[in-house]
Amino acid sequence: MIKRFLRWMPNFWALLFLAVPVMGVATFVLADRYNIWLPRDVSEHGRTIDQLFYFILYLTGVVFIVTEVVLFYFAWKYEAKQNTKPVEFSHGSHSLEVVWTILPAVTLLFIAIYQMDAWAAAKMRPPEIPFTCEVTGRQFNWDFRYPGPDNVLYTPDDIVRTDGNLYLPYGEEVLLKITSADVLHSFFLPNLRLKQDVIPGMDQKMWFRATDGGSFDIVCAELCGWGHYKMKGRIHLLKPEEYQAKLEELRQEQNTMRVAETK
Amino acid sequence: MSTVPYDHQHEAHGHAAHGHGHSPSFLSTYVFSLDHKIIGLQFLFSTLIWFIVGGMLALGVRWQLAWPWSPMPILGNLVGHAEGGQIPPETYTMLVTMHATVMIFFVIIPVLAGAFGNFLIPLMIGADDMAFPTLNMLSYWFMWPAFMVIGASFFVEGGAAQSGWTSYPPLSALFNAAPGSGTGQTLWLVGVTFVGVSSMMGSVNYMTTIIQMRAPGMTMFRLPMTIWAMFITATLQAFALPVLTAAGFMQVTDRLLGTGFFLADGATANNMAAQAGGGQPLLWQHLFWFYSHPAVYIMILPAMGMVSDMLSCFSRKPLFGYKPMVYSIAGIAGLGFIVWGHHMFVSGMNPALGLTFMVSTMMIALPSAIKTFNWLGTMWGGKIQFTTPMLFSIAFVSMFIIGGLSGIFMAATPVDIFIHDTYYIVAHFHYVLFTGTAMAVLGAIYFWFPKMFGRMMNDSWGKVHFFLTFVLMNCVFFPMHILGMRGFPRRLADPYHYDTFRDLMPLNQFMSWCAFMLVGVQIIFVINFFWSIFFGPRAGRNPWHANGLEWQAPSPPGHGNFDFQPVIYRGPYEYGSPEVDVDYYPQTQPPTGREVPPPKH
Repeated sequence: MIKRFLRWMPNFWALLFLAVPVMGVATFVLADRYNIWLPRDVSEHGRTIDQLFYFILYLTGVVFIVTEVVLFYFAWKYEAKQNTKPVEFSHGSHSLEVVWTILPAVTLLFIAIYQMDAWAAAKMRPPEIPFTCEVTGRQFNWDFRYPGPDNVLYTPDDIVRTDGNLYLPYGEEVLLKITSADVLHSFFLPNLRLKQDVIPGMDQKMWFRATDGGSFDIVCAELCGWGHYKMKGRIHLLKPEEYQAKLEELRQEQNTMRVAETK
Repeated sequence: MSTVPYDHQHEAHGHAAHGHGHSPSFLSTYVFSLDHKIIGLQFLFSTLIWFIVGGMLALGVRWQLAWPWSPMPILGNLVGHAEGGQIPPETYTMLVTMHATVMIFFVIIPVLAGAFGNFLIPLMIGADDMAFPTLNMLSYWFMWPAFMVIGASFFVEGGAAQSGWTSYPPLSALFNAAPGSGTGQTLWLVGVTFVGVSSMMGSVNYMTTIIQMRAPGMTMFRLPMTIWAMFITATLQAFALPVLTAAGFMQVTDRLLGTGFFLADGATANNMAAQAGGGQPLLWQHLFWFYSHPAVYIMILPAMGMVSDMLSCFSRKPLFGYKPMVYSIAGIAGLGFIVWGHHMFVSGMNPALGLTFMVSTMMIALPSAIKTFNWLGTMWGGKIQFTTPMLFSIAFVSMFIIGGLSGIFMAATPVDIFIHDTYYIVAHFHYVLFTGTAMAVLGAIYFWFPKMFGRMMNDSWGKVHFFLTFVLMNCVFFPMHILGMRGFPRRLADPYHYDTFRDLMPLNQFMSWCAFMLVGVQIIFVINFFWSIFFGPRAGRNPWHANGLEWQAPSPPGHGNFDFQPVIYRGPYEYGSPEVDVDYYPQTQPPTGREVPPPKH
């Protein structure tokens, strides 16, 4: 039966391979329509990362479609029963191979060089401002320490929070100090296009300027033990004045707790 | 065909060791065999069994992602320490760790190098066996301690390793960091070390055999691509593997002897402090990826070689650009040593290093592109026969295009910040290693099965198997790209704990259903495989009308492989040559002669 079907439809296999680019493109189109796509971006540098992503997506998309269609076409045209001409007895083409070596090489080198500045901006040029907050990963929670009015960490006016909620202003440059209390974690803010592994014994910096407010998930992206899945935090991006008010509220709450502890 | 009489070439080395001159026992013939073909088949059967184990572990992962915390039927009570069929979070992290460990160390690497390397190298170069047959036997039997140690680790207190197949410290280096950080993690390190010892034995043997034992006329540039790929892969193994082995020993001493190679000062986990500090967790990552990135090529280059052979054979046309194909494999291997840092772009290493690794990683896409274009060039103008091995080979090319192109996103450092450790990465490496390498391996089994067992596999059922596998695997793995674009992280026992991923459950359920069916349809392959061993139609020496030297040996070849002295006159890809009036031109056929059946021994 299978053989009869394949005789009836000799190009079935070629069409199956054509389905790859068709379904591939359709999946991406549907994904966009059903919102399984890049999450909403609320940061300045996130725009750059998204643009680079789209640039590579379109470039590789064209290469993907062209190569898959060529594969289909050859499978269709040169199927043994369809192709009555003698085989092209060719061991290759030097000039063709030079072309398809140089073209991808130049393109790939261009992509690499084109992105260097975005990488440097994201990871190598921290703003010269005091730390806005210290983030500490521990199994399985995110702890936050704000420097308080003196803008210096580890002084008595620090505000320490262990409830997994991080409050930060949007529209302003933010500089975070991140570290780990135990194993590796990874501080991942999908909506800010930021990710940084958190390493015990190392203090690292992370910076961004958010462009919009809202509450978003903080995800741990590095396997950190059995409770890895529940190491969830929330980042709340507030207007600068709301942020200051929130900090004041947190400080009052902390002072009240201290008074309660003293009593 | 060469008519040079069989001159007992194999007697020159190791003849006595092969047991000639007395009737060999069952043990020395099939268990502790020195014959490279038996050892290759031992590797093949072992890896197929572990492939089932790895697949079952994957089903556990897919079940949890589709229906988190609901009891898993049948398998739930079998996987690790599941209770009442439910998969607890520590078991989930064990499942992802051991799925990857089994698939990489017990399936892909040993099936490519161990099974096909062993079976094909002497046959394809015209040797009677490996250069060191006893070492060859030991390379298989050194896998058994690994099998047993890793197998036993599922049953120790705390379960098998749970720190990911990357085994990043401190999670892996501190006994109390997680349930599987105890004995299970130590056994994992011991098991991987044994695999390494086995691979090293194989590598030395392969390199020596290919350099020293080629038949007369088999120059290096007359070697089939499979052999070039095996040769370069063996070189990669030999240079990269000692680094992982050394790092593994260092991690064992951190765990057992209180050293602190990979532990920072004051390292703690679960409120317990490490005995020593002064080390650096990033050091492990550098050492681990210095091996494990080349390992990615160890897991794909032999597949590329075998696909090149199959594509040329079933296009009935010479391989397009043989020498550039060889150079591109060498290029991939060379560059493979200087790109490990792209796994560490967000690890905390000096970001300036990220720039250099970005350029080198981008450049490694180049030889891969050359290979893809050359495969397409091989199909161009041919007479393509859609046999089962050819379908798997075309699928390899089609899927490798996806896997290769998605790798460019990761090489781009700013984009990698977002997609690192998401399902985008999972999609990428499954496209390279499952829809890529596994397709090539399945195709290669269908292709060389007649040589292995002297019988043909059923082609119609092979096509059914191919069709269902091809469709389902794309349904499982392609959507992972868009999950990753949404930021969906790897290794979360319950991703829906996060608000942002809650609406992805239906898509995960679709993928999981496809994964269950994908595993299910492999039964077609298993039945076809074993049925054909006993009842398949008998194959002649050269059922595919291929050029390679192995097809001039009997099917299956006897001890010593060839019943004549092979002499090589040309490369392995002279299909459709105008010099002869058939569409193939075996390597052993003299230039002016017609093929005549080789003389009976």
